[in-house]
Amino acid sequence: MTAAAPRNEWIEVIAPGALSCVQDLGRSGWRHLGVGRGGALDPRCARLANALVGNPAEAAVLELTLHGPTLRLRAPTRLALLGAPCELRFDGRPLPAARPLELPAGTVSIGGMRAGVRAWLAVAGGFAVEAALGSRATDLRGGFGGLDGRALRAGDRLPLGPGRPPQRIDAPRVPGWWIDPDAGLDPHAPIRYVATAAPALAAAAQRFGDSGWRVDPASNRQGLRLGGEALETPAAAGAGVSEPVAPGTLQLPADGQPIVLLADAQTVGGYPRLGRVIAADLPRLAQARPNAKLYFRACGEDEARDARRRMQADTARLHWAIVDRLGGR
Amino acid sequence: MNDPGANASAAERPPREAVEFEALADDAWLLRLGERIDEALNARVHALAARVRAQAPPWLRDLVPAYASLAVFFDAQAIEADAVRAWLLRQCGETAGGDRRAAAAPARIVEIPVAYGGEFGPDLDEAAAQLGLTAAQLVERHSGGDYRVAMIGFAPGFPYLSGLDPALALPRLATPRTQVAAGSVAIGGAQTGIYPRPGPGGWRLLGRTPLRLFDALREPPSLLQPGDRVRLRAIGADEFRSLGAPAQATPA
Repeated sequence: MTAAAPRNEWIEVIAPGALSCVQDLGRSGWRHLGVGRGGALDPRCARLANALVGNPAEAAVLELTLHGPTLRLRAPTRLALLGAPCELRFDGRPLPAARPLELPAGTVSIGGMRAGVRAWLAVAGGFAVEAALGSRATDLRGGFGGLDGRALRAGDRLPLGPGRPPQRIDAPRVPGWWIDPDAGLDPHAPIRYVATAAPALAAAAQRFGDSGWRVDPASNRQGLRLGGEALETPAAAGAGVSEPVAPGTLQLPADGQPIVLLADAQTVGGYPRLGRVIAADLPRLAQARPNAKLYFRACGEDEARDARRRMQADTARLHWAIVDRLGGR
Repeated sequence: MNDPGANASAAERPPREAVEFEALADDAWLLRLGERIDEALNARVHALAARVRAQAPPWLRDLVPAYASLAVFFDAQAIEADAVRAWLLRQCGETAGGDRRAAAAPARIVEIPVAYGGEFGPDLDEAAAQLGLTAAQLVERHSGGDYRVAMIGFAPGFPYLSGLDPALALPRLATPRTQVAAGSVAIGGAQTGIYPRPGPGGWRLLGRTPLRLFDALREPPSLLQPGDRVRLRAIGADEFRSLGAPAQATPA
């Protein structure tokens, strides 16, 4: 026998894509110091992509935005891409996403997202960048976590953790099954929010659901900026004392154009709040394209809780189906 | 004005405002103790936060004290939101009378050296002129303040310091700077604060500290904790450099 296959200690970034960064399920325990949760904008996809390659849920993945990177694999690698549909090629040959792929050394290139905005790439062993404050998630605003606290650049080396890469492999292995985390969900259903109980903002919170909103291209991981017919900011609600905010918080700045805070939200804010987008619908906002039209619908706490439980149960069911498949091979 | 201070007896204390609960997220409650910036109110927030933190319930994920409110993040898979609320209500009840405890709680005092003016504080002269003071008077009054970390936010490690002499309040810049040097000590409205890392900012820059306010890889990561007392000490350019900070300045 020849010597063992070369160890795949890192993956080289040939081209970084539009905005690719290392993420995991985020960090908790540091919000009092101004450090938000961060992590994948769709934690379900990060979890399930990890499951597809045999990683624990909290392993670090790459979050890709609008256009994916080109990566050089130095040794056989198992990987999985999940999220917005996009072109995935290995040494120029198209491959399907949403399933575990076993690839020999070569070049993986991920193109533009055909619909949606973001996809998550998991690699067996996970991206073994140094953890900061208990997480490998890149905090782009804080400049820490991930790879030096920033998005990928050409020439970066992404270190890999110990995994179980395929031993000898000459051509890609592509299973005939795949997963769809959004199966059964209506992509056109309005995004649900719980309106604030503050009387001064009740009218604006109601009107927020009455009309459509355009996704401002200036949106990012911190917040989704919405444009539309300005909501009136009542004087009684203005110039508030800064209070804690969270992913999902609906802010109403003085210009009347709401902002939905996302995973990289700051920890406190002074704008009046219209309410919050419910946890079950936040992952959909990760896929809201610039200039897309979004509709929102007010709901109650019971609906928010039921929807969250259903999402958790669906994700758990998919997770076990994956584990079952992988174990059965 | 009533003074809800440490010496007020229960009978003299003004009627306690009820704590208002708001579901901040599926996994977070916001407890609003009031709606103004007020030392005693903020002390109650920190007392309640300390009480919750000390009990360390296993579902607790994060505690965010702010000026007049406290956010409590929990593990929504481990406990129902209603159960968290009931538990927090009991803590609020038992913290009633917590004014006294909060006032008595020994706060940490952190001294922060600050080089004022010149390349360190490009807005010092203009701010002094606007306030009808000389630069030296402004430095004396600003560095002489007794400050408290009312909350940390905006960016990791950014302290909002309460206790600014009301006569030193200054409006924010009409157009924020695109680049503020790390360590910049600034006034924004009736507050003073310190920028932990370079970035955009609209507050008036009076000086800079050579200390690093936040480093994610340091233990503890933040120089300051919510509730800390802060004293500023005016230093010269030589001491600033000897304390080892990189000397890049905010572009004027």
